[in-house]
Amino acid sequence: MTDAVLSAPIVKPAPDRERLAAFGFVAPSLLIIALVFVLPLALLLGVSVLDPKGGVTSAHYVRLLGTPYYLGVIWNSLRLGLLTTLIAFLVSYPAAFALARARGPLRSILLATLFLPLAASVIVKAFAWTILLRSDGLINAVLIAVGIIEDPIRMIFTQTALIVGAVNIFLPFMALPIYAVVAQLDGRYAEAAATLGASPLVVFFRVILPLTLPGIIAGVALVFSLSVSAYVVPTLLVGEKYPTLATTIAKAYLLAREPGFGAAAGVVLLAIAVIVVALSATLSREPK
Amino acid sequence: MMSRLAIIVCWVLAIGLALFLLLPLVVIVAASFSPTPVFDLPLSGASLRWYGRIGRLDGFWPSLFLSLQIAVLSTALSLVAGTLAAIAIARGRLPGATALGTLLVSPLMMPGLVLGIALLQYFRMIGFTATWSALLVAHLVVTLPYVARTMIAGLSRFDFTLIEAARTLGCTYAGSVMRVMVPALAPSFLIAGLFSLLASFDNYPVSIFLTDVRSKTLPIRMLQYIEEAPDPTLAALSTLILAGTLVLLLISDRLVGLHRMAGTAD
Repeated sequence: MTDAVLSAPIVKPAPDRERLAAFGFVAPSLLIIALVFVLPLALLLGVSVLDPKGGVTSAHYVRLLGTPYYLGVIWNSLRLGLLTTLIAFLVSYPAAFALARARGPLRSILLATLFLPLAASVIVKAFAWTILLRSDGLINAVLIAVGIIEDPIRMIFTQTALIVGAVNIFLPFMALPIYAVVAQLDGRYAEAAATLGASPLVVFFRVILPLTLPGIIAGVALVFSLSVSAYVVPTLLVGEKYPTLATTIAKAYLLAREPGFGAAAGVVLLAIAVIVVALSATLSREPK
Repeated sequence: MMSRLAIIVCWVLAIGLALFLLLPLVVIVAASFSPTPVFDLPLSGASLRWYGRIGRLDGFWPSLFLSLQIAVLSTALSLVAGTLAAIAIARGRLPGATALGTLLVSPLMMPGLVLGIALLQYFRMIGFTATWSALLVAHLVVTLPYVARTMIAGLSRFDFTLIEAARTLGCTYAGSVMRVMVPALAPSFLIAGLFSLLASFDNYPVSIFLTDVRSKTLPIRMLQYIEEAPDPTLAALSTLILAGTLVLLLISDRLVGLHRMAGTAD
C-alpha cells in the first residue's frame, strides 16, 4: 500500500514502542468485542447443542433442519433478505448517479431524504406502512380515485406489504454506501474508455461497474444481513403468517421458553450472516 | 458519458426513491395532527391534542431518560474507544490490522436478535443482573461498529504526513493534531456520532431481552403501545424526534456538508 509509505514519519521512532502504543489504542475496543460479542456468541453455540439434562444433543438442529415447517421458516428469512436486497439495489444504483450529479440545495435535499428516515424509529415507520396499506388506507384510496382498481385490495398482512416495508426501511443502507463511491467516481476513466472506442455498454461493465463495486458490496452485505434478520418489520406487517428465523427465535425465548431450540435457530441465522460478511470481505479484497 | 435516456431514468429513480423514503414520514407527521384517534387520511381537520398527551404516556418519561442515557453514554464511550482503534488500524503498524478492522465492524452485520439472546444467556451465567449496566454494555456492541466503520473509512483517506508537515513548520504535536487532523476528520466524527446515537436510541432486538418491567427502553415501550392501543400520540412523539433530527442535519450540513458526511457513510 502507498498509504504505509506516505504515512511513514520522517524521523522513525522505535518500532517496538510504536507497536505497543498501537496495541494500547486497539485494546479497549478489542476488549469490548471479545467480552460482549465473541464470548456470548460462543456460549450461544454451546447452548444450542445442550439438552435440559446437561448432555450434548443435536436434537435442536434436527428439529430445525429436518422439519418442512422450519425449513420453510428459513426460506422465508432468506427470501425476505434476497428480495429486499435485490429491489433496494436496482433502485439505489441508478439513483446514486443522479444524486452524484445534483448540486446545491437539490443535492442537500436529496441527501437529507436518505439520512432523515434513519432518524425515525423502525417501529414507527413500519406502523406508518400499516396505515398506508390498510384497506381504507391512503394507497387503496389513491388507486380507487385514479381508477386503477374498483374495490380496495388487501395489502396489509401480505408478503407484498412486508417487502415494500422492508425495502423502505433498509434502502438508505444501500443508497448511502453506493452514493459514496459513485460521488468519488472519476469521470475521466469513462471518457478515456469512450475515446478509445468503447461502447457505452462496455464502458459501463468494464469501467464504471468495477469502480463502484466496493460500494455495491458494502450496501448488499449490509441490507441483506439487516433484512434477513429483521424482526420488527415482519412482526408488524405480516404477523404470524410469515414466520421467519427472527420471529421464531423471539417466540422460543419469550413465549415457549425453549432456549436450546432458540439458540439453534440463532446459530443458523448467525451462520447466514457470517457467510455474507465473509463473502463480501473476500469480494472487496479482490483486485479491481 | 451517459446517454440521455439513462440520465432521465436515473433522475426518475432518484426522485422516486426520495418520495418513497419520505412517504411513511409524511404519514407520521400528518397522523400526529389528526383530530380523531383513528388515522383517517386525508385529515378532516388539525389538532395538537396528541402532542399534549406525549408526556402522559404510560411510563414515557422513565423510558425516554433510560434510552437517552444509554444512547449518549454508549456513543461517547464508543467514539473514544472506536476512534483510538481506528487510528491504530489506519496507520497500519499493527499486525493483522485489516482483520482487526473487520472484527470490530462485524457486529453491525450480525442479527441483533441473536446478539440479544446470546447476551441474555451470558449475563445470566456470569451473574450480571443489573439491568441499566447490562443495557449500557450491550449497547456498546451496537454503537462501536458504527464508529469503527466510519472512522476507519475516514482515517484511511487521511494523510498522516500532514501532521509531520505541520510540525516541521513549527506546530506542536498537540497543536498539529488539533489544527490538521481534527478538522479533516470532523465529518467522519459527526456522522459516526449521529449514526451511533440513533442506532442505540432506536435499538429494539438487542434491548428486548435485557429489559425488565421497571426499565424499558423507548422502542420497547413504543412497540408495546402500538400493539395495545395505537393512537396518534406515538406519531406526535416521532414527529418531534424527526424535527430534532432535521435540525441536527441542517446544522451538520452548515458545519461540514451532508455531501462530505455521505461520503464517509460507507
